[in-house]
Amino acid sequence: MRTLKFLLQKEFLQIIRDPAIFRILFIMPIIQLLILPLAADYEIKNINLGVVDHDRSAYSIKLVNKIIASGYFRLTDYSVSFQKSLHAIEQDRSDLVLEIPAQFERSLVKDNEATLFVAVNAINGVKAGLGGAYIQSILQDYNEEVRAQWIQYPRMDPQPTIEVRYSNWFNPNMNYRYFMVPGILVMLVTMIGSSFASNNIVREKEMGTIEQINVSPIRKMNFIIGKLVPFWILALTVLTIGLAIARLVYGIVPVGHYLTIYIFAGIYLLAILGLGLLLSTYAQTQQQSMLVSFFVTMIFNLLSGLYTPIESMPAWAQTITRFNPVSYFIDVMRMVVLKGSGLGDIRPHIVAMLGFAVFFNGWAILNYKKRSG
Amino acid sequence: MEERVVVEKIVKKYKTKKTELIALNGISFSVGRGEIFGLIGPDGAGKTSLFRILTTVLLADSGKSSVNGYDTVREYKKIRQCVGYMPGRFSLYQDLTVQENLEFFAAIFDADIKKNYRLIKDIYSQIEPFKDRKAGQLSGGMKQKLALSCALIHEPEVLFLDEPTTGVDAVSRKEFWEMLHRLKEEGITILVSTSYMDEASLCDRVALIQKGEILSINTPEGVREEFRRPLWAVKATEMFRLMNELAGDPAVASCYPFGQYHHVVLKTAGDDRGVLEALMKKGRYEQAEILSIKPNIEDCFMALMNK
Repeated sequence: MRTLKFLLQKEFLQIIRDPAIFRILFIMPIIQLLILPLAADYEIKNINLGVVDHDRSAYSIKLVNKIIASGYFRLTDYSVSFQKSLHAIEQDRSDLVLEIPAQFERSLVKDNEATLFVAVNAINGVKAGLGGAYIQSILQDYNEEVRAQWIQYPRMDPQPTIEVRYSNWFNPNMNYRYFMVPGILVMLVTMIGSSFASNNIVREKEMGTIEQINVSPIRKMNFIIGKLVPFWILALTVLTIGLAIARLVYGIVPVGHYLTIYIFAGIYLLAILGLGLLLSTYAQTQQQSMLVSFFVTMIFNLLSGLYTPIESMPAWAQTITRFNPVSYFIDVMRMVVLKGSGLGDIRPHIVAMLGFAVFFNGWAILNYKKRSG
Repeated sequence: MEERVVVEKIVKKYKTKKTELIALNGISFSVGRGEIFGLIGPDGAGKTSLFRILTTVLLADSGKSSVNGYDTVREYKKIRQCVGYMPGRFSLYQDLTVQENLEFFAAIFDADIKKNYRLIKDIYSQIEPFKDRKAGQLSGGMKQKLALSCALIHEPEVLFLDEPTTGVDAVSRKEFWEMLHRLKEEGITILVSTSYMDEASLCDRVALIQKGEILSINTPEGVREEFRRPLWAVKATEMFRLMNELAGDPAVASCYPFGQYHHVVLKTAGDDRGVLEALMKKGRYEQAEILSIKPNIEDCFMALMNK
């Protein structure tokens, strides 16, 4: 125990003395939390719209105005022919072209039916998909408006119309920050846990100090615990800072209990630190451990459900996410923050995380050797 | 004499995909209590591998070794309690201060600084004025003194010093060796490796080691006595031409530069001076000088290496 105390003391001294680590540890999360949630927004705005209006009637102008008024589109191109508007797409001046045929108003009034043509630039898949969907829903809305204006409904509607109304549970205003901020926090904690801890151990290899430790009677377990505890505490500190920012800047107050988050984070960090430790037993230089942990955390983050919902991934990718500790924490964060889940609700997550912790740490301890062959 | 370090037929090979490097090729020796044993050899001779095997951080491929009576493979835990190791590369925490380093190494060996202070007093008192300075900011000589202090703080029975004086100035080197002699008086067994030949004469016994094999083990005097043939030092104005001509002459066994002189050994015993004078005259060298000298360790090493 006495040895462990000295190991911890030494570790904290070194961390505090390294101004770079200290700055990165505390400034990085603050900056990331202040910038990322504002920028990483799923709502697509400012879609550039090109219009080819062959009709130039009151109805067609009303339609275009309605689209612009939605706030999602801005009119950047108004061409006389589809050919020309296609040219605008090629030059990246517009993302979407709406072609209104010459007889639009007449066929709408007379035949009670009209055709519109929408062409979408699919280079940016998300923008194209959402832009197409937005414009479709606006058109539908417009259609109903027009019909309501001059169609005399029969007493019994011959065609039942189904109208869909949304209600967003747990996040009534669909505020993206509510689920992005907790997710980004998880990313930060993961980075500190995996790369910082593994770099720290590899640094001892690089500096040769591990040689002195290896010839000493110090226990393997003590050395490892002495390395993990400081980063466990640091990561929880960063989590605290992050939660404070979430509350003060974004007004995110978890519906559930903070304690639930901390209990899960504590277990989660055991697993992530174990991963860092595992990386460090294989890497010989800080550069190697940096690159590997960058690669691993990148995959973990992309497959975590932070940016794209896990449910919409292909089945094989969903299987992978089950072996990704990050996805569990993001899930728990959102459950606790938005839904108010308690420890009982996240029990499967806790069990999975304990499994990860045993697996990573066990492997790392087996692979960490004070002597070489 | 009590034997503190015993090495028997130790073999260590490093395998890479294409080649196999033999670092230690079945070497054997033993070191007694309170002895300063020098491992002398060029870089890559296998000195560090041997030290790492004896300090239990490296496993040998075959052979047996023991330190302080404990087997280096089975009883490694006991060895780690009672040896001090100073690796060739400075391996203390550069971002901790002098005092913090000492305290840390005392703590991990569960040693009491006050109790063992007498051992390191002579050395540590020299760096004590800088005890709040970070170890990374010390000069080369001071770093070595701190490293020695840290290796000694738990009162080891056997001390392994891997090239402790490499990159250290002449004055600090001399001081360092004086300290080693004082530690020897305390009954500490010291194994020291060096590539400086002049330090060999400061050891009680030396092993000349090259390419994983021991060429000779003896006292420094003994090593010199093994050199049986007369050794000559020659000097003239055109040293480079002299070197080439002597080395190319069939009568000369070996010729190598040594400071201001070339050291020459002839193949045939007899009128050596006469042969050398004739050679010098033939080459029309000016200010020719021929001296008969006593061999030093380096001469012996060169002779053994060329065998």
